[in-house]
Amino acid sequence: MQNNTDTQPQQHPISLYFKVWGLLFVLSSFSYLVDYMQYQGLLRWTLILVFMFLKAGLIVAVFMHMVWERIAFTLAILSPPLCILVLIALMASEASYTNLNRLIFFG
Amino acid sequence: MDNTTQPTTRGMTGLIEDWVSDKDAFKNVSWGKTMMWIFLLSDTFIFSCFLVGYMSVRMTTDVPWPNASEVFALTIAGEHIPLILIAIMTFVLITSSGTMAMAVNCGYRRQRKQAAVLMLVTAVFGVCFVGMQAFEWTKLIEEGVRPWGNPMGAPQFGAAFFMITGFHGFHVSIGVIYLTVVALKVLRGDYEERGYEIVEITGLYWHFVDLVWVFIFAFFYLW
Repeated sequence: MQNNTDTQPQQHPISLYFKVWGLLFVLSSFSYLVDYMQYQGLLRWTLILVFMFLKAGLIVAVFMHMVWERIAFTLAILSPPLCILVLIALMASEASYTNLNRLIFFG
Repeated sequence: MDNTTQPTTRGMTGLIEDWVSDKDAFKNVSWGKTMMWIFLLSDTFIFSCFLVGYMSVRMTTDVPWPNASEVFALTIAGEHIPLILIAIMTFVLITSSGTMAMAVNCGYRRQRKQAAVLMLVTAVFGVCFVGMQAFEWTKLIEEGVRPWGNPMGAPQFGAAFFMITGFHGFHVSIGVIYLTVVALKVLRGDYEERGYEIVEITGLYWHFVDLVWVFIFAFFYLW
C-alpha cells in the first residue's frame, strides 16, 4: 500500500472543481432545454449526444481524477468499454431487421 | 502495492515501460483504487447491457413508444412543465457529485471533519434523489404502468423503465449506505494513519452513479 509520506497527495485547486461543477450544471440545463424547446430529428440527437459526452468526460476526467492517472491505467480502464460499440452495432442491425419483419407480417 | 521507485517517464514511453516492467503495471495506484475502478468497469458493462436491451426493444416494436417528455411532466402551481421532475433529479445528483469532489479534496488536505460532513451532505442528496424516484415510480404505477404493459403505448416501456431506473436507484441506495459508513469512520479518525485515499475510492463509486445517470437521462428520458 502507498505510504502518504512518499507520494504526493492529489492536491488540485478547489477552484477547478467549482468550474467543472458549474459547467456540469450548464450542460445539464442545455440537455433539458433540448427537450423543453422540442427540437426534433438530427439536431436533437446531435445536441443530446454532444452534451452527454461532454458531461461524462468532465465527470470521468476531473471528478474521478482520470486526467492525473498514468496512461497505462487510463487505457486499461477506458478502452474495454469500446467493445460495447460492437454490441450496439450488432443489436441495432438485428433490431431493425426484426422491426422490418413485424411491419411486413403484422403491420 | 510497493512503489519504492517512482516512475519518471510519461506518455507512450511511460505506457510501454509500465507494462513491460515485470511487476505491477499500475504505478502510483493503490490496490483499493484499482479494484474499485475494475468493479466500476464491470458495472459499466451491466448498465450497457440494460441500455442496449432497451434500445433493441424500442427499435423492434411497431407500437409507438410513450413520449417521455409527457409521461414525466408535472403540473406545478398550475403550470404544465415537461420532464421537470427528471431535471430536478439530475441537478440533485450533480450537486451531490460536487459535494463529493469537495470531500475528496478535504480528505487529502487532512481536514477530516469537513470531509466527513461533506460526505454526509452527499448522502443526504442521495436520499433526496431516491425519494424523488420513489415518487416517480408511485405516480407511474398509479397511472397503470406495469412491466408488461401501460396505457400510453409500447408495452416494453414499463419493463425498460423499472429495470433501468430501479437498478440505478439501487446503486444510489447502496452508495448512500457506503458513504455514511465511510463518513462515520473518517469522523472517528480511523484513517489518520493510513491516509484519506478511502474518501477518493468512495467518491469514485459515487461519481460513477452520477455518470450512469447522465447516460440514462440522455437515452431513456430525452430520446
